[in-house]
Amino acid sequence: MSQNTRRAVLRALPLAMVSALALSAPLAAQEDPVTIGYAVSKSGPNATGAGITTIPNYELWVKEVNEAGGLEMPDGSRRPIEVVEYDDRSSAEDLVRAIERLATQDKVDLILPPWGTGGNLAIAPLMDRFGYPQLAVTSVTDMAPEFAKRWDRSFWMLGGGHDYATALVETLAAAKEAGTINDKVAMISVADGFGIDLVKAARPAFEEAGFELVYDESYPLGTSDFAAILNEVQGSGADSFVAFSYPPGSFGVTKQAMTAGFNPKVFYIGVGGAFPVYGKITEGKQEGVMSIGGVDAMSPAIEEYFAKHTSVIGNPPDSWASAITYASLEMLEEAVKRVGLDHEALAGELSTGSFDTVIGEVKLEDNQLRKLWWVGQWQGEHFVAVSPADREGAAAPVIPKPEW
Amino acid sequence: MRYLLAVLALAALATLPMVFGDYGTGMLVGLAGYVTLATSWAMFSGPTRYISLATVAFFGVGAYTVAVLNEVLPYPLVLLAAAGIGATMALLVGLSTLRLAGIYFVIFSFGLAELVRQLITWFEVNVTGTLGRYIFLDLEAKHIFWQLLALGAATLALSAWIRRSRLGLALRVIGDDETVAAHSGINLARTKLVLFVASATIITLVGAIQAPRWVYVEPSIVFNPTVSFLTVIMALLGGATRLWGPLCGAVPLFLLFEWLSARFPDHFSILLGLMFMAVVYALPDGVLAALEKFRSKGNGNSATKPAKEANA
Amino acid sequence: MFLSTLFLGLVLGGTYALLALGLSLQYGIARIMNLAYGEFMLLACFAVTMMFTSWGLGPLWGLLIVVPLGYALGWIIHTVMMRPLIKRSGGGGRLEVDTILATFGLLFVVQGLMLVTFGSDFTSYSYLNQGIGILGTTIAANRLIAFVVSLVIGFGLYAMLIRTRWGRALRAVSLAPDSAYLVGIDVGKLGRQGFALGGALAAAGGALVSMFQTFSATDGVVFTMKALIVVIMGGVGNILGALIAGLLLGLAETFVAAFIDPGLTMAATYTMFLAVLLWRPTGLFGKAGG
Repeated sequence: MSQNTRRAVLRALPLAMVSALALSAPLAAQEDPVTIGYAVSKSGPNATGAGITTIPNYELWVKEVNEAGGLEMPDGSRRPIEVVEYDDRSSAEDLVRAIERLATQDKVDLILPPWGTGGNLAIAPLMDRFGYPQLAVTSVTDMAPEFAKRWDRSFWMLGGGHDYATALVETLAAAKEAGTINDKVAMISVADGFGIDLVKAARPAFEEAGFELVYDESYPLGTSDFAAILNEVQGSGADSFVAFSYPPGSFGVTKQAMTAGFNPKVFYIGVGGAFPVYGKITEGKQEGVMSIGGVDAMSPAIEEYFAKHTSVIGNPPDSWASAITYASLEMLEEAVKRVGLDHEALAGELSTGSFDTVIGEVKLEDNQLRKLWWVGQWQGEHFVAVSPADREGAAAPVIPKPEW
Repeated sequence: MRYLLAVLALAALATLPMVFGDYGTGMLVGLAGYVTLATSWAMFSGPTRYISLATVAFFGVGAYTVAVLNEVLPYPLVLLAAAGIGATMALLVGLSTLRLAGIYFVIFSFGLAELVRQLITWFEVNVTGTLGRYIFLDLEAKHIFWQLLALGAATLALSAWIRRSRLGLALRVIGDDETVAAHSGINLARTKLVLFVASATIITLVGAIQAPRWVYVEPSIVFNPTVSFLTVIMALLGGATRLWGPLCGAVPLFLLFEWLSARFPDHFSILLGLMFMAVVYALPDGVLAALEKFRSKGNGNSATKPAKEANA
Repeated sequence: MFLSTLFLGLVLGGTYALLALGLSLQYGIARIMNLAYGEFMLLACFAVTMMFTSWGLGPLWGLLIVVPLGYALGWIIHTVMMRPLIKRSGGGGRLEVDTILATFGLLFVVQGLMLVTFGSDFTSYSYLNQGIGILGTTIAANRLIAFVVSLVIGFGLYAMLIRTRWGRALRAVSLAPDSAYLVGIDVGKLGRQGFALGGALAAAGGALVSMFQTFSATDGVVFTMKALIVVIMGGVGNILGALIAGLLLGLAETFVAAFIDPGLTMAATYTMFLAVLLWRPTGLFGKAGG
């Protein structure tokens, strides 16, 4: 019966598929390629995030490696990369199955991680079971140390909400000490895992630093109108406005603040602030806006990375997780060059080796990348890093922010 | 004899994970999940013709129950709790809404899924202060498959039983004409309610059983509306009024989607959409009905076939 | 505080009403629940954005281009996709399910095409984002324009349906699809016109919303959902009802955000919607009509 049914469905398949076939014709088979697989969200709600941070960097890296002749092996030979990619349709179940497929059906040599905290956690037990190293980049979680212990071939490279929140508080506390801002903070947060992680860490940190939270509310994911919220915030007397937000909410807050002429001395938004599109949102008036992440804009490596991303992908990368995603791929490339494709050796090298990447020299601590930029700010054309302030390449924060 | 065959078939299915390896088992989990979802959805929606988009409301509640309770209760009790919560929720919802009909019920059921998601989010944010939850249960894909297989078999058995009982007869009358049904002494509200609760409880259990596969759970992951949509299209493709219809819709569609997402990762949405349209335009009554038509044209004995199908 | 909240709520509500007007017409007159409605709004968003960024054509002028295009697109879709279904169903409840499924398929196709064409990134442009001070609060000029336009369109449509011959014929189709032909109305043709008019309104809504909201290719469902809620609350096919329901919803969200908890705005929306459905299953304003 099911055989008949399937045929009936296949018969009904649209002709369009035939034309689409042409698009996915495999590359001309080269000698002994390295197969690299990944499952990312190309449709559904996660497609936006994956399309900004993850997919462009994978494509950029694969293109560069193949143009150079392929991945270099320890013996100096080069093997071209062949990509196996799946669409997880933004569903955890489909993602898990795609990883099972990559590992046991396609038997790919390496697996690149999906976009998002949830996705990386969903595949972690499987990656561990099949022995693949997992360079979880786009995954912000305070439990990273425990996860790194639980799955010893997993690497967590974007820190936890706690790090970002406390770094922000430190930056603001310094400004308060200097007398540039008052001790009142208005804070809003998006009601999802990310927003809650940050706000939970920020609350005690603010209080400890002697700040008073005059407004502290969360709003549902998907909120597009912030008029009512900002109306109240504006009347709260706070010099600092902090939004642990998610796009497109981050953009909505910004636009509303500009319209309402809301000019706090510190204007901080969450994910999205470091996206290249942010300049368009603010009509070029993004100067002084703070957000998560940042890059050392003066570094030649970063400059070169931005330039090639722009020329290959068509737009600049975001200034938070993009460079780190690319750096994780460089690490992988270098590790393969040093120890080959054996998963155990590879995981060991990633865990203990040090690597020269676009974000500088990277050496993981307990399988985590800890040398990260926590707070960034738009200064001129760039979204530069301002915290940790004592790290080389940090810019001094501009407080108060100029008016919109 | 028939029971023996059924048991043998189940036993054969249960050994499949040993044959197929990890990816195959993953596929089986997905297949068994959607077959069960579609069959239980059709249990209520087939005869009453209420198109429910609330599938993911119950599915998500099941998954969330496991996420909340997996560290405090033993696993079987967690499942029991999930079933209890799902049934209670279905009872409340059913009592208040089953007088809606047509498009109003469709939209209502969709709104219900969103409302549940919003309320859980708000509760987690403001009361417990943790939004993402972790499920570390030592369950492999094959264990999940076995549970889903058992649940799926039970669902089919329950469906078959309902069709033969007085309840099934009453339902068929309701589906044909509510007024006639009311006049012939059928308690409309209660019949619908019983079915709604049964179907929702099974859906909740599917969510609960599948959740350990994802390790990390938050509302945007478990209340993914695609689950509701896929369930509907699968059941309708096979034919929602037939016992085996949902299964015959779920299996080919699931395999097709799997194939599409691998072959055309960039064009999945477009192909999915075209598929939907193909179903509507080419197979309006579902695959089974189309097959029957095809067969009856072939050998001209249309009278006996449908009866056979219905009892098969 | 109260006054400014009231005003903000009305403006937000105006947006919701704007989202819903076209859908209300499509369902009310053509009896087609168009789940791809939000995708059509998004097409207008992208079209207006492209005209603005590459030709420097302001969105309000862009409106003059996308609205006729929306009408044409609605007309084509009705002719090509919906007519076979209407013919097949013979006017029964069957049509409802078929059109839901067909437009649901259309939703994915259009969304997929947009993802391939425009990518998944957020899109935004700035136009008239200056604040205007009214009643002790500041409101963006573009939102105010959208609010005014939605009121004009809403009341204009209402007047048209009540006053003109065409409008009365449309209403007749909406109220009594089975008997309208008895008085010499071409039900099929008017259904098509109603659907196309809905397409034009979707385009208008999309063009106006794009002025103040960042959007991406996957946002269509969000628009459709909001529109559906408003349409159902207002009473299917009831233009005035949709207008009022939209405003109510905006007010509810803003007041909950201001006086209770911003975290509950969405929950409030759905609670209100479900409550209305239970209390009056055919919407706040009864059966279909002007």
